[in-house]
Amino acid sequence: MTQSLGMGRIASFFLVFALGIWVSASGLTESIAMYWDDIVYLTKQHLVLVCSSGFAAILIGVPVGVLLSRPSMEKYAESIMQIFNVGTTIPTLAVVALSMTILGIGFPPAFFGLFVASLLPIIRNTYAGLLTVPAHLKEAATGMGMTRQQILWRVELPNALYVIFSGIRTALAINVGTTPLAFLIGGGGLGELIFTGIDLMDTGMLLAGAIPTAALAVAVDFLMGQAQLRLIPKGVNPLR
Amino acid sequence: MIRLEDLTKIFRTPSGDIVAADRVNMEVPEGEICILLGPSGCGKTTALKMINRLIPPTSGKIFIGGKDTSQLNDIELRRNIGYVIQQIGLFPNMTIEENICVVPRLLQWDIKRAKTRAAELLDLVGLDARQYLKRYPKELSGGQQQRVGVIRALAADPPVMLMDEPFGAIDPINREIIQDEFLKMQSELKKTIMFVSHDIDEAVKMGDKIAIFRAGKIEQYASPDQILAHPENAFVADFVGTDRTLKRLRLLTAEEVADRNAPITSRSTKVEDARQVLAASKARFAVVIDGENRPVGFITADEMRGASGTVRELANRLPATVPIRADLRAVVSEMFAHDTMWLACTDDNGRYAGVISQPDVTTALRATYASAPDAAHDPGAP
Repeated sequence: MTQSLGMGRIASFFLVFALGIWVSASGLTESIAMYWDDIVYLTKQHLVLVCSSGFAAILIGVPVGVLLSRPSMEKYAESIMQIFNVGTTIPTLAVVALSMTILGIGFPPAFFGLFVASLLPIIRNTYAGLLTVPAHLKEAATGMGMTRQQILWRVELPNALYVIFSGIRTALAINVGTTPLAFLIGGGGLGELIFTGIDLMDTGMLLAGAIPTAALAVAVDFLMGQAQLRLIPKGVNPLR
Repeated sequence: MIRLEDLTKIFRTPSGDIVAADRVNMEVPEGEICILLGPSGCGKTTALKMINRLIPPTSGKIFIGGKDTSQLNDIELRRNIGYVIQQIGLFPNMTIEENICVVPRLLQWDIKRAKTRAAELLDLVGLDARQYLKRYPKELSGGQQQRVGVIRALAADPPVMLMDEPFGAIDPINREIIQDEFLKMQSELKKTIMFVSHDIDEAVKMGDKIAIFRAGKIEQYASPDQILAHPENAFVADFVGTDRTLKRLRLLTAEEVADRNAPITSRSTKVEDARQVLAASKARFAVVIDGENRPVGFITADEMRGASGTVRELANRLPATVPIRADLRAVVSEMFAHDTMWLACTDDNGRYAGVISQPDVTTALRATYASAPDAAHDPGAP
């Protein structure tokens, strides 16, 4: 085990080394330095898009998921979820394009497109997570004299939290990865460097946009993973 | 006290009405355990769940402690009834302490008081509070979880408890242990308990009274001994089984049957003296005890005939002894295992406490058959 770890370490060291040679040979360091101001500015824009649309999706998605899981909605919930599932098959680019036709160009359609794209995994996981809370837990809670509100907050949500969180994590990963498309409808973000780089056949510019985008996606997923590990109580966290 | 009056539940389904409980009338006196027993689908669980309104009754009344519960709202009613279910239902997101404190917190107890109570209750079931309070349910074994499930229901000290096959999911060995612990606890707490079971052995062991259900109706409601000795109809007789007399052995302990005046002698006694003791009591053997009153052997009248010296030289080893508090089933089992007609009994400290013989056991069983008042058969009798 330690040996294979050592091998892996040596291999990754060489990989980084080779990557370094290639990067300096391709002139990437210079182009990154050249576009540094743009990168900082566009990353900020990118983050504003990710955070605002992601936050809005959580704010709307979780309550909708909760609502669908209520016994009074039992009759309609499955059909509504079916509609949502069909919705997820629409490519995000199409969603972004469609929202442009309605909301014009700029921040609003970009925000809306990203919001819709991240909404579905959140609703689906909230709904599914709440449905998988065992019936006997709800029975015990009811029998002990909890009100419906108390059962939701103290029993159902905590026990569904891991699944809900997974949905949010997926949603944010999709969101970060889709945000470059916002450039196409005038929403700004790191897509500006990527798409302009493609159009101008300027690899340096392309990578100056692509690498921060990738790093951002990895960082967001890492942060969400850590949050999932640490914020969810030990009793219902399969990671602990 | 719990009293059910004409309690009825009709489930209306598209394929017709199903009567799950049909004018159930019964009363559980203060401090007693009543077992609701019957095959699955007989309405016992429905009857239980109507008491805390997890299933709303179609008609009829429920009184707890003399008060009509229809005056209380669901939440208030449930917070004052302990509830234990087969799946235990500990909340995985809460620590053991938080789980136990649920109802006290719902009742607005002070946090400190609730926590002290949780520690106290854990100690009551033999779980070390310091070690277990901060653990999560998944870190406990099944038996430990079930103990916590029971004390969680006891947390706010409700006068009444409802238990829905509470020990059904535990392996047989642990079940026996937990049942014994629970009975010991109950002898101090004196809760009024309704307890659903489908296991006749559990019912006989745990119940002060047993109500046997079939198709939503009570077939017989009586003490375990009454039900085993005098099943009111073929269904009850069938349900309790053809070995019901053997089951009754569990209801009696050696203490109630053993002969405490059986002759004894010590090892240093002279044989002539021992012979006289035996002759006086007309017994065929005497138990030999040591200096600390522990039974160590026995000596028969035949062996002593014409012999001299002390008892020590003639004494035989005892095949086995039984604790005087053991139930008759265990005693008879020991007798069969050692192929003997009688056994010496010992008290908690291992001292001699009497002799129990097979004829004693049969006489005891016959006595309940002969003397039991047949009120069940003849309700008009005084």
